[in-house]
Amino acid sequence: MAAQSNLKNMVMVLGLTCLLCSAVLGGAYALTKDPIDAASKAKMDKAIGAVLPAFDETAPEAVEVDGKTYNYYKALKGGETVGYAVESTVVGFGGPLSLMVGVTPDGVVYNTSVLSHSETPGLGAKCNTDARFMAQWEGFNPAEKILTVKKDGGDVDAITASTITSRAYALAVKNAVDAVKSIGGPVHE
Amino acid sequence: MSKNFRLITDGLVKNNPTFVLLLGMCPTLATTTSAVNGLSMGLATLFVLVLSNVVISLIAPVVPDKVHIPVYIVVIATFVTLLQLLMQAFTPGMYETLGLFIPLIVVNCIVLGRAEAFASKNGALASACDGLGVGLGFTLALTVLGLVREILGSGSAFGWNFIGGRDGMLAFVMAPGAFICLGYLMVLFNKFLKKD
Repeated sequence: MAAQSNLKNMVMVLGLTCLLCSAVLGGAYALTKDPIDAASKAKMDKAIGAVLPAFDETAPEAVEVDGKTYNYYKALKGGETVGYAVESTVVGFGGPLSLMVGVTPDGVVYNTSVLSHSETPGLGAKCNTDARFMAQWEGFNPAEKILTVKKDGGDVDAITASTITSRAYALAVKNAVDAVKSIGGPVHE
Repeated sequence: MSKNFRLITDGLVKNNPTFVLLLGMCPTLATTTSAVNGLSMGLATLFVLVLSNVVISLIAPVVPDKVHIPVYIVVIATFVTLLQLLMQAFTPGMYETLGLFIPLIVVNCIVLGRAEAFASKNGALASACDGLGVGLGFTLALTVLGLVREILGSGSAFGWNFIGGRDGMLAFVMAPGAFICLGYLMVLFNKFLKKD
């Protein structure tokens, strides 16, 4: 069946296989690079559009809070800042939980959107589908309400049986609000 | 042709990788939280299985015995990475749900198992049919398991919710429910379908 093994043919076959496979993958990478970039950019744009009021243009910027860098997009309409879309990542239940949080210049959360998560399907993953959970972020004013789940004495309604995910979500939103605060702009405490 | 057709139906029923051979339990239990996830994981594995079977059946005669496992793994890993790149580029939504599990196909024992047990000893066409059969068997098993778990655990089928936003039996979404469902499905499958 298989050929007799000797050093020469072992090295040759293994080397050749690896070479061919790398060539194939290199080609595939080059071919898919643009669509992948386009897809991730489209996703980003969609997330920004979903969490902010109407705007004309956005400018990517970054701010550092407590040694953590937050990338954010400043949205302008007619030269005036209408909001900031902050990328905020925290550790969820199953891994990193990445959110796009839209905050208007007065410090009120406009809306939030999940960029990526690895929460348990059917439980924590509901943070991306549960209408009641998602709706509470719209217009959430951190000056009037406390940004922790009700179990911890806050005002965030947690998802049933997913307190850890809900906590992480609330923390991500809080971090984003804090990041906007440190950007400057008139934010009330 | 009838022999090749036989290979396909064998993979579906007699050699069903999930219900009869009990191979590839990790993706089976991890990805079947919904019918759509199970179906996509099955199809992804099917893709890798057919292509790696064909390539391995073609190169098997020249591969020295002592390095055949590394060579096969490299071939399989290449197809998996290829699949990952393609999914990322053209089906980003699906990639988001399955992304974590795609690299695991490399070490899915079904793929290496078929390469060792079948593709290395048979021709390209027969190997393609074997890959197709086993892949379809895997897809079928994962879809059924995913459907049962989705109905019991989330109260929906293929994403269509019929209990109106209420919670299902959450245990079935998690690992214990996966084991319970798998056990019962295996009993039913072996009782009614597997005929030697």
